[in-house]
Amino acid sequence: MPLIDSDGRTLSDPWRLLAEGEDIPELGPVLVPLRRWLAERDRLLARSEPVGVLLQSSEGPADLSGDLRRVSLIALEFPKFTDGRPYSTARLLRERYGYAGELRATGAVLRDQLQFLRRCGFDSFEVENREAGDAIAEAFREISVSYQAAADEAPRAADVRRGERTGYEQSKVCAGFWAY
Amino acid sequence: MYQYDAHDRQLVLDRVEQFRGQVQRRLSGELSEEEFKPLRLMNGLYLQLHAYMLRIAIPYGTLSSAQLRKLAHIARRYDRGYGHFTTRQNLQFNWPALADTPDILAELAEVEMHAIQTSGNCIRNVTADHFAGAAAGEIEDPRIWCEIIRQWSTFHPEFSFLPRKFKIAVTATEQDRAALRVHDIGLRLLRDHAGQLGFEVMVGGGQGRTPVLAKTIRPFLAAEHLLSYLEAILRTYNLLGRRDNLYKSRIKILVDSVGPEEFTRLVEEEWRQMPHDRIDLPEAEIQRIRAHFAPPPFEALPQRDAEFELRRRGDPAFARWVRANVSPHKQPGYAIVTLSLKPHGGIPGDATAEQMDAVADLADRYSFGEIRVTHEQNLALVHVRQRDLGALWHSLAELNLATPNVGLATDIIACPGLDYCSLANARSIPVAQRISLALQDLDRLTGVGELKIKISGCINACGHHHVGHIGILGVDKKGEEFYQITLGGSADETASLGEIVGPAFSSERVVWAVETIIATYLSLRRGPEERFLDAYRRIGPDPFKEALYAAH
Repeated sequence: MPLIDSDGRTLSDPWRLLAEGEDIPELGPVLVPLRRWLAERDRLLARSEPVGVLLQSSEGPADLSGDLRRVSLIALEFPKFTDGRPYSTARLLRERYGYAGELRATGAVLRDQLQFLRRCGFDSFEVENREAGDAIAEAFREISVSYQAAADEAPRAADVRRGERTGYEQSKVCAGFWAY
Repeated sequence: MYQYDAHDRQLVLDRVEQFRGQVQRRLSGELSEEEFKPLRLMNGLYLQLHAYMLRIAIPYGTLSSAQLRKLAHIARRYDRGYGHFTTRQNLQFNWPALADTPDILAELAEVEMHAIQTSGNCIRNVTADHFAGAAAGEIEDPRIWCEIIRQWSTFHPEFSFLPRKFKIAVTATEQDRAALRVHDIGLRLLRDHAGQLGFEVMVGGGQGRTPVLAKTIRPFLAAEHLLSYLEAILRTYNLLGRRDNLYKSRIKILVDSVGPEEFTRLVEEEWRQMPHDRIDLPEAEIQRIRAHFAPPPFEALPQRDAEFELRRRGDPAFARWVRANVSPHKQPGYAIVTLSLKPHGGIPGDATAEQMDAVADLADRYSFGEIRVTHEQNLALVHVRQRDLGALWHSLAELNLATPNVGLATDIIACPGLDYCSLANARSIPVAQRISLALQDLDRLTGVGELKIKISGCINACGHHHVGHIGILGVDKKGEEFYQITLGGSADETASLGEIVGPAFSSERVVWAVETIIATYLSLRRGPEERFLDAYRRIGPDPFKEALYAAH
């Protein structure tokens, strides 16, 4: 399963997902399930190596809200592509809790979800599909109009229209979440 | 009505190309049917018993004449010359070829139409009072807010994979013609004592296996906060709604399991924390959309047209049609005309390409080029001058669209049932046809008065049987079709769920059962002014049970 960014570029993946009961290695970034994070938080932070947390779709962001500057990766698991809870969790992380680190979609992640995922604040994607490069990059751009605000930089149609009416440059009226 | 600007148009064109790519990947074998299924379902394309079915969105049931002509063209060119209007104010084509569907969508895009979110576990096409903009006592045209919801919900990145489908309906009068209480969210536009515009917000209604009436979770929400409040409801549902059981995943189950008070608290708490400015539309955008729904250029006319009154008194057939199919308009000298898609013995909701073309012409001539689709599977021309009613009646009669039965016993809602649908347990259409033929005597129909019969071919209740005055549910008993009858349901502002009257009837006996129920009502009502529903609410089920089962 290739890991890509929202331009479809393949990313190298330095993260090691620790299996249940697996010892914490001395070096290298590790990704741990939420339960393990809650149990071994201090040990994980004492290493001075990057730590990431994996949330199941039933797990919300509240347990992490005090530590969002201490984790470098949050991975949200899609057990099935039809389980849409991580979309809400992602927006809460970005928009309510101000999480600015890497937000990764993992599990049942299909090509045709990518644009929705990116709009909800994900910025890395473990995709199940075979294609890569330009073909997959296209999936992030298929719909060029956004009617609603989300966690991305895409301007809402309503704001673009306002800009057109008042003659402002588009960039001034449609600053999205990241510009605030 | 709303007209697309460059952004609306671009989105629909993008969608056509996206779907074309998806179909190509399916046809080339790159996508399996299993992988393709969620993609086609996001676009209203179902695999039914015999073929694909394509469901086209008719936002809040409003069509221009150009759009209706396009639907006629698609029916002729890509289908079998007809379409089926549904209880969701949409249109279904029953026989399109998969390879043609991208071209159909491209044709629809030419007239500002699409099939986005007509299926799948997302926010579906929003529905409205079909008399919007014409009904007396309206606060303002509810379609303004429907269009705002349509845009906000289209490709909403957070709410495209909900636990289950999600339906929103909007009205703006005391009378409820949109069945608000059986929607996931029902919104009733009103003004508070200070004159401020807002909504009564009802949540958690639905039919299906577990019928529930929606509860009011907020008696008044300021209109400008509609989208942020909807977003708070949807987020609460998306995170907390059940996903382990198809039949327990609608929002009605969540509202009932946590309790309406706790659900309300959760929504209010979520809403309080939201950045309203980022979600709610700027006032200028609301005004932009509102301007599209300005009233058409009505003529200044006297309240009553003398020629029309004269004709009504002199022509009993015309008077009968007026009484059943014509409703009062808020504008003096105008009337609302419902076109019955329920010819006696016909298929409820079906219209041929020729009928669609002809109705488009009549709309241009008599009703500012606008057509409505009702959730009771009829069409309506809502801005007709009273003086034109006679000529319009003649034209409609030639098209077999003037059956004087709107709101009467043969104005039956029926789902496609086992003739088309892969979910059905029993046929609906032939039952509707037999009941319709049995009750077609016009004097008797008029004598019985308002009576809503609604038929579903399975427990999913697409035929709204739970809210029929007489509801009929098809069930399968060891391979044989049986029909369970409920009485006393209603989808209007006095909404109630029907009660099962007793054991199901065989297909042969179902018409007898309906006739017996009607005869019982006629014998017990206080007079012609006591409607079936009122009589049932007064006397209860016992006399009907007695008549249906005592002899056996």
